[in-house]
Formats: sequence, structure tokens, C-alpha cells
Amino acid sequence: MNIVVTVKQVPDTWAEKKLDPSDMTTDRATVDNVLNEMDEYGVEEALLLKEAHGGEVTAVTMGPDKAVEAVRKALQMGADKGVHLCDASLHGSDALQTASALAKVIAPLNPDVVIVSSEASDARGGVVGALLAEYLGLPQLTLARKVTADPGGGTVTIERQTDNGYATVLGKLPVVVGVIEKINEPRYPSFKGIMAAKKKPLVTMTAADAGIDPGSAGPSGAYSEVDEAQPRPPKAAGQVVKDEGDGGAKLAAFLADQKLV
Amino acid sequence: MANATAGQHPLSLFAIDSILDEEEKAIRNTVRRFCQERVRPHIAGWYESATIPLRDLARELGNMGLLGMHLVGYGCAGATATSYGLACMELEAADSGLRSLVSVQGSLTMFAIWRYGSQEQKAEWLPRLASGAAIGCFGLTEPDFGSDPGGMRTRARRDGDDWVLDGTKMWITNGSVADVAVVWARTDDGIAGFVVPTASPGFSAPEITRKMSLRASVTSELVLDGVRLPGTAVLAEAKGLSAPLSCLNEARFGIVFGALGAAQDCLETTLAYVAGRTIFDKPLAAYQLTQAKLADMTLELGKGMLLALHLGRLKDAGDIRAEQVSLGKLNNAREALSIARECRTLLGANGITLEYPVMRHASNLESVLTYEGTSEVHQLVIGHALTSQPAFR
Ligand SMILES: Cc1cc2nc3c(=O)[nH]c(=O)nc-3n(C[C@H](O)[C@H](O)[C@H](O)COP(=O)(O)OP(=O)(O)OC[C@H]3O[C@@H](n4cnc5c(N)ncnc54)[C@H](O)[C@@H]3O)c2cc1C
Repeated sequence: MNIVVTVKQVPDTWAEKKLDPSDMTTDRATVDNVLNEMDEYGVEEALLLKEAHGGEVTAVTMGPDKAVEAVRKALQMGADKGVHLCDASLHGSDALQTASALAKVIAPLNPDVVIVSSEASDARGGVVGALLAEYLGLPQLTLARKVTADPGGGTVTIERQTDNGYATVLGKLPVVVGVIEKINEPRYPSFKGIMAAKKKPLVTMTAADAGIDPGSAGPSGAYSEVDEAQPRPPKAAGQVVKDEGDGGAKLAAFLADQKLV
Repeated sequence: MANATAGQHPLSLFAIDSILDEEEKAIRNTVRRFCQERVRPHIAGWYESATIPLRDLARELGNMGLLGMHLVGYGCAGATATSYGLACMELEAADSGLRSLVSVQGSLTMFAIWRYGSQEQKAEWLPRLASGAAIGCFGLTEPDFGSDPGGMRTRARRDGDDWVLDGTKMWITNGSVADVAVVWARTDDGIAGFVVPTASPGFSAPEITRKMSLRASVTSELVLDGVRLPGTAVLAEAKGLSAPLSCLNEARFGIVFGALGAAQDCLETTLAYVAGRTIFDKPLAAYQLTQAKLADMTLELGKGMLLALHLGRLKDAGDIRAEQVSLGKLNNAREALSIARECRTLLGANGITLEYPVMRHASNLESVLTYEGTSEVHQLVIGHALTSQPAFR
């Protein structure tokens, strides 16, 4: 199977996330950046599919120079090839532009399955996967907590997480599959994998290489725009309940007050 | 990792990352994350109860390729010595016991078989030891012979084509859990090494309990009571005491880096602690006496790191000498212990508990100071190199 997995480099989960005040885009320069944790589940699922059915895994990212590290991490984990779409004109793209650009890169790869994770921990829009499927004109199976492929029969079946259980959904190849956290346990890259990654093919593409219209790229062509941002207000001091023999009753009253019980 | 402070990390003051390549950083970060997720949440408990899920950990380390990672072939990763050192540093930042497990498996047991064994011995043991499916141990020290292993009493005698081993080994890491032991014994032709399956009749390995150091590591006695082995069990290429000493030199190299991991963890913990601890209305971090301690410790940590990396580059270039490894082992084990003790003072009473890693590291480092050549022995090695006068005896 020809499997494509999208990856993204994001500010480290523990880093303080900020917007660059000059253009209201994510500040990636002053923090440690890592592979989006959720994407590790996607890479792992792609590798599991490859291990079960053969084929090849290509990791694709769009982002600035350093974003290539996300692809490299996927290669270290075991992906076979990488593509990095990197162009200054793409800086500040919104979700629609990002999905459209990724589709331009992914479509020529003729994937059987495109794996995306449910969200990136920086913007947390959680929509790029769905938009990507639209731009690719492919069906999408989302919120997968289990994926089973039948390449012979040309289908993929997933268990789709719902509020109170799961639904079994079948889709025809080629298909976009969105995986949720905890679908698997992402492997640690093996040292052999780390050493082999350096020799794996990794292509860097410009917007022009990908056939992206320069006029449509960047903030000027964006469908959405961040006008203003406020840091989350600091946590208000908690309410201390003093136990004078009636602590239990007071706690219960508090919970009832908040409509928690 | 415990970077709750606004200040710089001690090693970033030295811009250590700028002299590491991408592969070295990737290996280091992988081990760091493994320890963060799999070891740190449990280590204080393992230490207190003196139990460690050694087989599970060995499997996971094997999957990553950490066991025998600097050896080539037979399922080993073939990484550089410097990468191996960085991995040891991350392991020991979690606990010296974990690094000991890896040192003994990779640098002592696997290296001995890889360097001195026959094709059959390598094919039989190395892939299993590399994957963590089998555990190894290395028996050199005896109850009466530690710094002077040449005096060993364990004997191997010929009986037809077979060898028969009798004797006792002491302080053997991984002993009671091992599947295979590399045992050094006296023969009519000098000291020789043997690959001993621990299931052999006459072999037993009672665990040494009541340790105050390296509690998250298994330490055992090996009792060899007429253990009969086929003629093929001998490490044919190992001639004399220099063979086991060459293995120790490999493991020592890992300790040069490893000890700094423990020291770094102490210092990171302490930096976070002094930032948060208010004494006489201001943070402990804001006192000059505190800052003098922090500065001195950072200096020793960074100097030790530069020395370790320098030795790593020499080893990767293929021309490191034993006395150079002694420089690193002596300095870094000694300074790490003194950093751990100093950090302990800054944590006050909290410093003596298992809520913080400092006392655990300090206790562990007492063993690290002693095994793989005591500090005094390394002083003698360096003294010998400087003066050409052997003063060992
Ligand atoms: C936790 C732990 C794990 C270990 N694991 C292993 C293992 O896996 N395999 C193994 O074979 N061994 C192992 N050892 C043993 C270790 O290598 C020895 O403890 C070490 O070599 C020191 O020997 P000793 O304890 O007999 O001390 P001794 O040799 O009795 O030394 C006592 C003191 O005398 C000093 N001394 C020795 N010689 C001289 C001299 N010439 N001049 C001046 N001072 C001197 C020493 O420096 C030390 O201070 C382990 C030890 C520990 C604590």
C-alpha cells in the first residue's frame, strides 16, 4: 500500500505558546519545536499498516526550514520517504490554505491511504484533515480508534469513536483516515532507524514546485485572519473549604451549586 | 528536565549542543524521553523496594537498540562511542542502576563475546543479548580480590575435552537474573574467560541484599561448584588479564558520561528547588552563598562534559588510551558525587527523601566511585602514566 502521513512541527507541549505580535502567527522561533505528539500516532498507524500489508510510507509536512525535523522524526521512526513543502510565501497560511497546499503535494503521490491526526497541539483547529480530504476529493474516515485495511478488497474499516461507544465504518480506497490519540502506542525511534534516516530520500519543494498559485498563498489570500489575541486570564484563586466537622456537606453543596452533581 | 526556573540550563551555558551532531542529539533525546515516560514515574518506588522489572526494561531498551549499541553486527546498532556515552548519560540521569544494567549487558558481557568469542558464541548470544531477550553478567571480582583481580582464586581445569569451573565471584551486577555469565578464571595457562549458561548444573547466583546504594540494580554472588562446560565455552581470543581489563575500559567509558547524568539531574532538581524555596523572605536562589554553590557545580558539570565529549571523539577516532579513560572516570565520578552532596545541602531536609532524586543519586554514586576501578586505582593508573613508576603494589 502506498501510505502518506501528514506531520507537523509544533512548539513543545510544555512551552509557553505565543503569537508573534507583528503578524499574529504562531511564534516558532523562541521555543523548542517538536513533532506534534498527535502525529506520532498517525506515523505509528502508517507504519503498522505498512508492516501488515507491505508498501511504503511517505511523511509530508508544510512549514519553515526547521519543520523538516518533523519529517526526519517520522523517517527515524521508520517512514521511507519525506516531503517538505517549504516556502516563505506560505507563512501565515490558514487552515484552508494549508489543506489546499498539502493536497497539491499529496495528490501526485497517488496514495491509497492518507493518515492524518485529529489535531495539532499548537493551533488546535482540528480541521485540516477534513479539509484535506475535500481538496483531494477523497472519502474520509475520522476519529478512528482502530484501523483495519483490506488492500485486496480495496477497503479500509475503522472503529469510529463516538460519545458512548464506537461505530464501524468502511471506506473505499483511496481514503483519508483521521486517527485519534491512544489508537496505538507510538514506538521510540530505534537507533538503527535514527542512523538510517539520514540516508532516506527527503525532497524539499517550493510553492512553485507544488503548483501553488503565489497569489493565493499567505495572509493576503487567507480566508480567516487573527485580529486580536488575549492570553488566558490567570487562574482565579480557589475557594478553600474549612472542615469544621461539616466539610463533606460543604463540598457536596459546592458541587451541587456548580451543577456537578 | 525539571526546568521550572527562568534561568539557563547549566549545560546550555557551555553550548554543549553546538558540538553534538543531529544523530547524537536524536539518540540522546530518544533515551531522555524513554526515561521520562518509562522510568522516572517508577524509579523512586523501585529504589525503595529494591526491585526493578529488569526483563521488561531490557526488552524495551533492546527494541530501541540500546544494548550493545556501539558494537557492529549481530543485531547491534553500530552507533558511535559518543552516542553511546550520551545514552548512558540519559540513563544515569534517571538512575545509575539502569545505566549499570546497560553497561554490564553491552560493554562487559556483549563486548567480551564480541571481541574475544568464536563465531558460534557470537551467533548464539549476541542477537539475544542485543534484543534484551537474554540478560548477561560479567564475573571478575571475587570476595578477596577486587582492585587486584589478578589474584583470583576461581579455577578452570581441563577434564578431557571439557572445562570444570570452581570458585566464587562477588558483587556481580545482573547476576541472579542473567541467562549467561562471562566468568574469568585461572587456568594452567593464565587467566581465561568462559561463556557460562546460568542454567548449567553447579551454577547458582544468590542475590546480595541490604544494599544502601544501587538499590534499583541486581547485585549477586556467583557460586561455581564443579560447573562442567564443553571445550567450546572458552573465549578463545582472550589471553590473560588484559582481556577482562579491556572490557572494563569499555564500560568505564560509559561511566565517564553516565556519572554526569546523575549530577545533571541533581543540579536541575536543585535549580528548580532553590527558585521555589523562600527563606527569610526571598528565594534561596537569590543568596550569594547559593549562587556560589550553583556556579561551582555548573562549572564542574560543564568541564566534565567537555572532557567526556573529548574522550568520545578520541574513541571514535580509534586512538583513545586506557589512562585517558581513567582521567574521565576519576574526574567525572568524583565530581558527580560531590555535586550530588552539595545539591543535597541546598535541598535541606527534603534532600534526604526519595521525593527528590538527589540522595538516591548520591548513594548510587558511592558505588560508581568504587566499581570499574576505584578512584585510587585510577589515580595510580594516571600516576603510572606520568612517572612510569607502577605504584600498584
Ligand atoms: C554495586 C556494585 C556492582 C558491581 N558489579 C560488578 C560486576 O558486575 N562485575 C564485577 O566483576 N565486579 C563488580 N563490582 C565490583 C567492583 O568492581 C569492585 O568493588 C572494585 O573493583 C573494588 O574492589 P573491592 O570492593 O574489593 O575493594 P578493594 O580492592 O578491597 O579496595 C578497598 C580500598 O582500597 C583501595 N586500594 C586498592 N588498591 C590500592 C592500592 N594499590 N593503593 C592504594 N589503595 C588501594 C581502593 O581504592 C579502595 O579504596 C561491583 C561493585 C559494586 C559496589
